[in-house]
Amino acid sequence: MFVSNMRRRLLVAAVTMMASFGIATVSVAQNKPPLKIGFGMGLTGGMAANGKAALVSMEIWREEINKKGGLLGRQVEFVYYDDQSNPSLVPGIYTKLLDVDKVDLIISGYGTNLIAPAMPIAMQRNLLFMTLFGTNVNAKFNYPGYFQMMPNGKEPAVGLAGGFFDAAMTAKKKPTTVAIVGGDNEFAAMTIEGARVVAKKYNLKVVYDKTYPPNTTDYTPILRAVQATNPDIVFFASYPNETPGVIRAAREIGLKTEVFGGTMIGLGFAAVKKQLGPLLNGVVGYELYAAEKTVNFPGIDAFLKIYQSRAEKEGVDPLGYYLPPYAYAEMEILGNAITTVGSLDQKKLIDYIRATTHKTVVGDVKFASNGEWEVGRPMYVQYRGVKGNEIDQFRKAGPSAIISPKELKSGELITPYQEASK
Amino acid sequence: MDISLDLLFNAIISGVLLGGFYAAMSLGISISFGMLDIVNISHPVMIILGAYLTWWLNEKFGVDPILAAVIMAPFFLLLGIFIYRIYYDRFEREAGGGDSLRGLAFFFGLLFIIEMILILLFGVDYRNVNTSYTDVSLNLGFVNLPYRLLIPCVLSVGLLLLIREFFRRTYFGRAVSAVAQDPLALQLMGVNPVKIKGYAFGLSLMVAGFSGAMLMIIQSVQPAAGREYIGLVFAVCVLGGMGNLMGTLFAAMILGIAESMTSTFAGPSWAPAVSFGLLLLTLAFRPQGIFGK
Repeated sequence: MFVSNMRRRLLVAAVTMMASFGIATVSVAQNKPPLKIGFGMGLTGGMAANGKAALVSMEIWREEINKKGGLLGRQVEFVYYDDQSNPSLVPGIYTKLLDVDKVDLIISGYGTNLIAPAMPIAMQRNLLFMTLFGTNVNAKFNYPGYFQMMPNGKEPAVGLAGGFFDAAMTAKKKPTTVAIVGGDNEFAAMTIEGARVVAKKYNLKVVYDKTYPPNTTDYTPILRAVQATNPDIVFFASYPNETPGVIRAAREIGLKTEVFGGTMIGLGFAAVKKQLGPLLNGVVGYELYAAEKTVNFPGIDAFLKIYQSRAEKEGVDPLGYYLPPYAYAEMEILGNAITTVGSLDQKKLIDYIRATTHKTVVGDVKFASNGEWEVGRPMYVQYRGVKGNEIDQFRKAGPSAIISPKELKSGELITPYQEASK
Repeated sequence: MDISLDLLFNAIISGVLLGGFYAAMSLGISISFGMLDIVNISHPVMIILGAYLTWWLNEKFGVDPILAAVIMAPFFLLLGIFIYRIYYDRFEREAGGGDSLRGLAFFFGLLFIIEMILILLFGVDYRNVNTSYTDVSLNLGFVNLPYRLLIPCVLSVGLLLLIREFFRRTYFGRAVSAVAQDPLALQLMGVNPVKIKGYAFGLSLMVAGFSGAMLMIIQSVQPAAGREYIGLVFAVCVLGGMGNLMGTLFAAMILGIAESMTSTFAGPSWAPAVSFGLLLLTLAFRPQGIFGK
């Protein structure tokens, strides 16, 4: 009993001491108001799977930075609203963030469709606007305060499709024809535009060039129509809810082509990998990270470990290979910029971010004058040897052989598709 | 593009398979909207609820989606009766026989609430179920029938015919048909129309649960996936003739075949224009629907 009481007293004393230290720390930070970063994020709706994963990654950064004392001696606070993956809600959200919530900085939500509607607000107020995975949004705006985190290069639409075609053109039988297919959405439209430019560069004859509506359930009629044109390359620009259906349909009709793949968003997601399993074999897909030996960004393993430990509880992608490291890296760049500049002066922050090569968990990032990455790095992998539907096999090198870009290459393209899909 | 025979046949077959599934998705709306005059705009999210429960049953207990559809049936029946009770107390009775606009708001609210519950329970990630028949096709000469579309189509058509016979041959079925026409007359004959409507609404949700299980065989889902089908299910219901179950089946087949043929020969982006163009033409020349009386 005595021992128990002693233990309890010691415990209470320890907790009191810890609490008092904690209160002291907090009180120092509380002398200054929190530094508020505002954004809209798709936490419901079609973009939610990635939107929520982005938020988890950003929260990891926020907790880490606050443990270190915050930024400019102020604790970092996120003020965010669910944009419901609905572009029409975005202007209202950002106006409220700036005029009512009085945030110090704004950053974008996830995706081209949700970034574009916030651009005029950032531009009117000359604000730094860091954005997450927009494809060519700044092409029309030409806003100097825009910085984008997707590694597609100075010409994002061309760069994104270019990596696929660079790899496809290494096929044993030299391709001469291409079928280009994509969804009716902003992202696919940009990518398809890029694909046409690259196809022209490689003197490829476009034998099929069509888009499909967003609620398409069955892709077999589309793939059959594509097959009827007998293309050497089949390029698809699809969204995560479409990609599995497209790949299944290709298998079901026994698609005969040299190279099949494209900017099929979703292949980087664990849920899609799990769903498709061996059906992935032979497909050339767009990834942002693969556990290959050639990919060794400093700090990414540590980040993924923390992210993956939280993912299941949060109900988000358990691997986190697609968006999460880039969302974290975006915050790293922003945090370092604020610390180095020593103020929240938007002009100074913009100048610093543009002039600097940033060290991040996704490697070195240098922005071009249009806010895109100076040097693109769209990563295309060809899936091979995938057995069963377990996602753990993707944690090791092998099933996602990188065939482009050259500096990360870990395997050669196998053709034709039917051979590679075995 | 040359119209080859195999391309044409496969396009028609794909359309029929798709139409069968569309029929299952729209059958519940045909009962609730067409027969009971309840504008259940939350019907697609009920389908997604069914899909998620199918996923959960498969993930936890390894239950096949077809069996899951059977297991879930009583749950959806009771859920439907419960929802109708609230709807009746708050809207039908208070408004003296129906306030469709307020009712519409109620079901809109329900749609968002269920979507939020799904997000809270299952997260926002895509969920799917793999079965032994998911990636297998039946090849009959040059005609290719993927089981992931064939099975939902056959089961959906079977269910629709079963429900049609149930409505035609049973006392309950005839009471449901009667309640849509004249609830007062039904009451004078000693039948409680509220009870009948409650069971019928439960049946419509039961079909939604079944469609969710079938959807899980066809593709992966996320909580907001239902919104994409709102237009489609109402279009099928109106095109087929309100409350006409065979009309629902044929309208779904027409839209499925139109979508498939357009995708194959004209370009997939024209598919909605052709489908809804058909609906507009029908409304212009035959407002009661192709098979409506």
